[in-house]
Amino acid sequence: MAISKEEVIHIAKLADLNLSEDEIEKYTKDMQEILEFANRINNVDTSEMTETIAANEKSNVFRKDEVVKFENREVLLSNAPSQDEGMFRIPKVLN
Amino acid sequence: MAREDYEVVIGLEVHCELSTKTKIFCSCSTEFGGEPNTHCCPICMAMPGTLPVLNEKVVEYAVKAGLATNCSIEKNSKNDRKNYFYPDNPKSYQISQYDKPLCYDGYVTIETEEGEKKIRIERIHIEEDAGKLNHDEYGRGSFVDLNRAGVPLIEVVSKPDLRSAKEAESYMRKLKSIFEYIEISDCKMEQGSLRADVNVSVRKKGSKEFGTRTEMKNMNSFRNIVRAIEYETERQIDEIENGNEIMQESLRWDEISGRTFPMRDKEDADDYRYFPEPDLVSIKLSDEYINKIKNELPELPESRRKRYIDDYNLTEKAANFVTSSKYYSNLFEEAVEICKNPKTVGNLIMSDIARILNEREEEPDSLKFTGKELGELVTLIDKGTISSSIAKKVLEELFNEVKMPSKIIEEKGWVQISDENAIKEVVEKVLDANPQSVSDYKAGKDKALGFLVGQAMKETKGKANPQMLNKLFLEELKKGE
Repeated sequence: MAISKEEVIHIAKLADLNLSEDEIEKYTKDMQEILEFANRINNVDTSEMTETIAANEKSNVFRKDEVVKFENREVLLSNAPSQDEGMFRIPKVLN
Repeated sequence: MAREDYEVVIGLEVHCELSTKTKIFCSCSTEFGGEPNTHCCPICMAMPGTLPVLNEKVVEYAVKAGLATNCSIEKNSKNDRKNYFYPDNPKSYQISQYDKPLCYDGYVTIETEEGEKKIRIERIHIEEDAGKLNHDEYGRGSFVDLNRAGVPLIEVVSKPDLRSAKEAESYMRKLKSIFEYIEISDCKMEQGSLRADVNVSVRKKGSKEFGTRTEMKNMNSFRNIVRAIEYETERQIDEIENGNEIMQESLRWDEISGRTFPMRDKEDADDYRYFPEPDLVSIKLSDEYINKIKNELPELPESRRKRYIDDYNLTEKAANFVTSSKYYSNLFEEAVEICKNPKTVGNLIMSDIARILNEREEEPDSLKFTGKELGELVTLIDKGTISSSIAKKVLEELFNEVKMPSKIIEEKGWVQISDENAIKEVVEKVLDANPQSVSDYKAGKDKALGFLVGQAMKETKGKANPQMLNKLFLEELKKGE
């Protein structure tokens, strides 16, 4: 299984990353190695095993449906580069 | 090819906000309409290092929805991440479900002109709602309010079984009604707690292949869903007839111009790179858990409908109408309990109450009076205290202010006049004033009686007992013979 330069560019775009030519070269090689590593797992015979749907064996960790108020909007907004009337202000988003 | 040679194929993805008290992964309130960013905490605001914990009620409500729509329940379920960038999505991923939705393979039944039709449901999964973007007209930017971010949703995905805008509307109304009955959502479309993405394609009748579909996102009224489907169907047929191809794309429905426009969709928008959510553990449901929820489900519209026909002798039409909404149905049952007259209660709901709601552009969930008032109203009609025309006026009053009908008619002086002497007086007065009608009647024009009764009703502002009026008019008119 080989990964192409185009695929790396596509994945970078989905992740909102701007990569330089050098970085594209580097990541194409790195991702190739990651895929090869993952492929070893693909080759394990799992026909006798039950399906694993999560890495963690625990299940059913739930919360009760009870309101706990946080009540500190100021601190929640404190890292916002810009805010107005209790909201994050961001560059205009077109509908 | 003629228009009749095409058929439209519609599938709906219905999003429904669950009426839990708290959000899906944190303990913030889900209440609608708070001050911006006051129903928020570090978890739903996606602060680094925070971890989600699933609300147990969300699982319960989704399983309820699945059982009420004939779905199978997935006993080994999990959450997945759906990755996309948008300012209303603070984590840059939405926690949803991908290959193990909680519910799958269900259906609901809708009534069509050709009889009942099953609409299959592919899946129901749980996910979190996004925040809200506000825009201002001065171009100062956009403003992000995350109160809604993390409010629990179920998404109900239908199979492409719908063949007209009308069927799509019936299907959506059916889901709304079921979700109201099982009390998992307030289903307020105007507040966005029930909305749909509508997929539309057209194809030659008889063709097995589907045409290319377009998707209209976030439709939040029945009227717009119907209009948008009708418009989009015509547009697609026109394109094909003109030799053009349909592009698979997302469209925005503009309700003012009544047209659809391509959305400036980000390329690769559908490349969501789902993967299992590593911050949450799997959801394992036992048969006991599922059966317990099944046993606790309230009576569903299908069963009520049957009971109303069998036990109360309602017509099929009335039974369908009354059970179309939990609010009508509960009103009906409460009122019948009091007045023991299902036929009149059913008729008042189907004709007058529905008409007034329609005039006010309101839905049954906004009804403020209860079966207590409606039951007394019907009792007052049955006892002859008020006429049915006064009853309609009392209903109008009930929409303005909830009071007992007996109190309303007392205050308004609307008690029916059943005193024979008083009515006789009116009859005589009307006869004196309308000699032409009297001779018309005597000449064999029976219609003239109706006119005279009408005049007497006008004279008494609708308060005269109609049977008594009729009787006295006939007596008086016969006297002269």
